[in-house]
Amino acid sequence: MNFSDYFYYPFLIGTIFLFVVVFGRFIKWFIGLSKIDKMRVRIGLFSTKTLKSVWESIREGLLHHNIFKTNKMLGYMHMSLAFGWFLLIVVGHIETSCYHGTMFFPFQHSIFFRYYVTEPVDFPGHVFFSYAMEILLFFVLSGVMLAYFKRFRSKTFGMKRTTRMRYGDRIGLTALWLIFPTRFLCETFTAGVYHNGSPIFNSIGSAFASIGNLEPWLNPLWLLYSVVLGVFFVAMPYTRYMHIPAEINLIFLRNWGVTLKERRVNTFTLAQVYSCSRCGICIDACQLNLAGIKNSQSVYVLKNIRNKNLSDEVLFNCLICGKCQEACPVGIDVNKLRITQRIETTRQYNSSYDYLKTGKAKQTDMIYFAGCMTHLTPAIKKSMLKILDAAGENYWFMDENKAPCCGRPLMLAGQYDAAQKLIDNNTKMILDSGAKKLLVTCPICYKVFKEDYHLPNIEVVHHSEYILDLVKNGRLKVNPSEIRAVYHDPCELGRGSHIYEQPRELLASTLTLVPMDREREKALCCGGSLANTKISMAERDILSGKAMEEFASYNPDVVVTSCPLCKKTFSKVNSVPVKDLAEVVVNSMKQE
Amino acid sequence: MKNIVVVGGGIAGVETACLLAESGNHVTIIERSDKLGGKLNQWYCLFPDFKKSDEVLDYIHNRLKNFDIEVKLKSVVENVEPNGNGWFIYTGNVRYAADAVVLATGYDLFDATRKEELGYKIYDNVYTQADIEAKFKSGNLKTSYGKDPERIAIVHCVGSRDEKCHNMYCSKVCCVTGVKQAIELAKFLPKTEIFCFYMDLRMYDKHFEELYRSAQEHHNIQFIRGRVSEVSESSDNRLSIKTEDTLSGRPMKMKLDMIILLAGMEAKKNTLATAKLFDVETEESGFLKSKDFHLGAGILSRKGIFAAGTCISPMSIKETIENARSSAFQVNEYLKSL
Repeated sequence: MNFSDYFYYPFLIGTIFLFVVVFGRFIKWFIGLSKIDKMRVRIGLFSTKTLKSVWESIREGLLHHNIFKTNKMLGYMHMSLAFGWFLLIVVGHIETSCYHGTMFFPFQHSIFFRYYVTEPVDFPGHVFFSYAMEILLFFVLSGVMLAYFKRFRSKTFGMKRTTRMRYGDRIGLTALWLIFPTRFLCETFTAGVYHNGSPIFNSIGSAFASIGNLEPWLNPLWLLYSVVLGVFFVAMPYTRYMHIPAEINLIFLRNWGVTLKERRVNTFTLAQVYSCSRCGICIDACQLNLAGIKNSQSVYVLKNIRNKNLSDEVLFNCLICGKCQEACPVGIDVNKLRITQRIETTRQYNSSYDYLKTGKAKQTDMIYFAGCMTHLTPAIKKSMLKILDAAGENYWFMDENKAPCCGRPLMLAGQYDAAQKLIDNNTKMILDSGAKKLLVTCPICYKVFKEDYHLPNIEVVHHSEYILDLVKNGRLKVNPSEIRAVYHDPCELGRGSHIYEQPRELLASTLTLVPMDREREKALCCGGSLANTKISMAERDILSGKAMEEFASYNPDVVVTSCPLCKKTFSKVNSVPVKDLAEVVVNSMKQE
Repeated sequence: MKNIVVVGGGIAGVETACLLAESGNHVTIIERSDKLGGKLNQWYCLFPDFKKSDEVLDYIHNRLKNFDIEVKLKSVVENVEPNGNGWFIYTGNVRYAADAVVLATGYDLFDATRKEELGYKIYDNVYTQADIEAKFKSGNLKTSYGKDPERIAIVHCVGSRDEKCHNMYCSKVCCVTGVKQAIELAKFLPKTEIFCFYMDLRMYDKHFEELYRSAQEHHNIQFIRGRVSEVSESSDNRLSIKTEDTLSGRPMKMKLDMIILLAGMEAKKNTLATAKLFDVETEESGFLKSKDFHLGAGILSRKGIFAAGTCISPMSIKETIENARSSAFQVNEYLKSL
């Protein structure tokens, strides 16, 4: 048997294996989706959503637009590898088609074109193709070089840390790192012997040829190229490189409307988990690093879910602040994934909240629900009540005496059954009251009322929205002052509920708001998050202290937030006074 | 004749100064405020025997008259320079030479506004024990609405033994202060119901346990084991607290007219600055670090620098006086060795 008849087998076997495993997984994931999700896929398939997904796949899967936004070097590295490789395949295929004069030729001919075509050629555009393919290879190689460099000096990429790897990943990584340098050697050596490249590779080949006889090297090199390709393809489904097909799959599923439900663990979880490229961007986004917690970041949780070795210690050591979710270039729904896992691993306690059932709703148009944390920060509660009085609002203070929890802290801990009891009880009270509006002073309550309660025709408003409306409608007068302030975005209100502008607009009407580098989507967590049940008090204090230090560096007179928990957390470390925006508003009313 | 500078003119500082002057040294007291006696000036009477604070203050002042001690009021140590085995200490534009230094800078009362949930300075009629002592002095124990309180709660361990405000240690004297104040209140306001909410009651010294027993037996004061979680104001202008009676395992709410927070003792912020000037070590809690817990109390990490009183740890008046005397003895021993 000739060498040319079998050298491409490793590549071919690898490719077939890869397609079988990857599509096998896609099918398995599809089967595991809920009925509704399946229907969404069927409807979405023939809609513009599919076109949108194609575009998004190109933008994210090939061009890596989101990584570019975070870090240009890292973006270039991913783009040169993904987009460059993609072009190599496409352009290579066109080149081979032109050579054969047909679209139909043995598959391996385009991949190993320079192996097969060593004689002088004369098909249309052959000069262009030989130049293009070589330049593309240089493009990909530049990405590979950056990848080498990043492994050893991740700081150059503006990344403080890079992910730790498993044994299997090392095989995949080594194969990937070898593919393009090997191809380079194959093609330049071949060009050195047969002069079948463009002047670029021909001259490099000649330079190599001047050192020794290249011909005996050709077959082993082409075989090696085939083997590293094959090894990479076989390794891919079992390493992080599975993210390449999985991310495309995720983009389509997401656009078709498939969503992650905390309560229902289905295969969409896996579709997300496998889409993680372990790029490590989430590690740098995580504040827990400051407290020396280095094993519970999202990338590790996703890896642990995939490898089925997730421990509670890792799962629950997270603030669920959402900073990593905001930073994730793949858009993996890490917050929900984590909560889903928490529900899975937590024993559901059969807590009784029967004592709440004795409460009776009062007929009203508007409810004020303070929540546990506002009750623990009475200055906020008192200020809110003053504002309501000043506006002449007719309201019912629902949890003035009997104070049921909104349920969110339990949900964050994975206790969904218990939370549901509270939700049911509160829902009944709210609906019985006939209210049209539900006002809350706590973003934790706000998020759960908005997302997990079924309150038809009732508008849930955070006090930042509500007070801003009062001021805009002239129902409340605030006075400008000389105060300089920075505004701290609470996680649940900002990243959690996308309310960034209303508090700022409200504050700007009474004081000077100093912008900060890290705010809005990039805002720091106060460190007091109820979602983390593993962190120690001392570790929390480090997070709060560092955040406070950052605020203080802007020399504000006051740090304003709109979450009672943030306020309370910062009160331990405050070098600058911390106030809720309700307090600020009341102060500015006093000046009259 | 050796020169000694005592930083702080509370009872610890004055007592140490007098003893050191008695043994023939030239002593200077540098006091930040405009009078001697420190926090004791704000106190009405002392546990466990209800001795009037003024008696202790009188003792201090009378004693001071017997010696030629230089007292610099409204002065702070601004700079310290080494001078042979001793130091030059600068305050204002005056320089004092010192062969030994005694730090007697005292304590700060925990700032109860840091426990916002307890409503201090947010709601009327929420006080600290120090505010109540001032009220005892003035003889006015009415609420801000001008009425006698029908019900009073005394909340123990505010800012002590509380990880959430960085204070892991026990301030130890607040328990008995609470019991003492409860009894005083019961005497002033015989019709008032008084409740103490505690974690556990640490009656560590002589006569304390008897006082606690007497509070229950003779003054009808009720002790409920549970931390108060939140204070709020009800529509009828009364205060309301939430807690758990941990002995019966029930959550409870109670309406009240007055709340007294037993704020713990904290290391003074100024002490940290002074410790830096003299280059002596402090503990994690901020109190000054003695060379040895058992054998070197009051001897600090640097030779020739000593401490007396509550800048070392929370102490009662009795312990402060004892500690001051022991520190004076240590200073004399040191001076002999020079």
